[in-house]
Amino acid sequence: MKIILNNRDEYFDEEEMTFEELLNIKNFTFKMLVTKLNDRLVKKEFRDSTIIKDGDNVTVLHLVSGG
Amino acid sequence: MNYLEIRKRLKTKTVGIAGAGGLGSNSAMALARSGIGNLVIADFDTIDMSNLNRQYYFYEQIGKMKVLALKENIKLVDSNVKVRSFSIKLESHHITDIFKDCDVIIEAFDLQEMKDMLINTVLDKLPDIPLIVGSGMAGYGNNNLIKTVRSGNLYICGDQLSEVSDDNPPLAPRVGIVSMMQANQALEILLND
Repeated sequence: MKIILNNRDEYFDEEEMTFEELLNIKNFTFKMLVTKLNDRLVKKEFRDSTIIKDGDNVTVLHLVSGG
Repeated sequence: MNYLEIRKRLKTKTVGIAGAGGLGSNSAMALARSGIGNLVIADFDTIDMSNLNRQYYFYEQIGKMKVLALKENIKLVDSNVKVRSFSIKLESHHITDIFKDCDVIIEAFDLQEMKDMLINTVLDKLPDIPLIVGSGMAGYGNNNLIKTVRSGNLYICGDQLSEVSDDNPPLAPRVGIVSMMQANQALEILLND
């Protein structure tokens, strides 16, 4: 499948995967992430059950403390 | 748009600021100087000596509620800015009430858990209001890592990397840069509206 991840094209052999699997494959290891699929927020507890498919637009942002 | 047109447009606008620390106090002052009509500011904290290294407060204000001191400082610059301040530790249900009439919301908390809570609440309950978050500004140097990333109505300013810790404290320049980026992004949204 081909998806857009943070505004860049990404290709995977898999036909689909969960959001959690994508985070693991792409090594997003930060403690706190904002995850969006097709501009809708995906809450942390739904990353395991949210499926990413060909053509999806995925955004992963890092939240770090400080202000 | 010329200067007077910018001021006239901003006069009608309202910006919500969640947190009155390094990000909130500096972005509020920049918006006040730009001619924003209304600010809604919420914070539960009082001013501590350790805040003066980066926050828009002064020695003689130590011990005061941040929201009240910030209102005083804004009025010293421009007494026409209407400031509504809430001395409150924000939780999800307050956020919806306090910020529902804002044209833009600036996230200016310290802790990532609070940032996460605000993002979840605003995207869920107030999805039409643009939200400008600060993430990653600890330490010094690395000017060019600091940027703004947009995803729909959510904007993230910062390097998304530098977390505050004992060995990587928040300092005036980088916190200031991110707070100014947040204020600048707010102006862009409000003036292109």
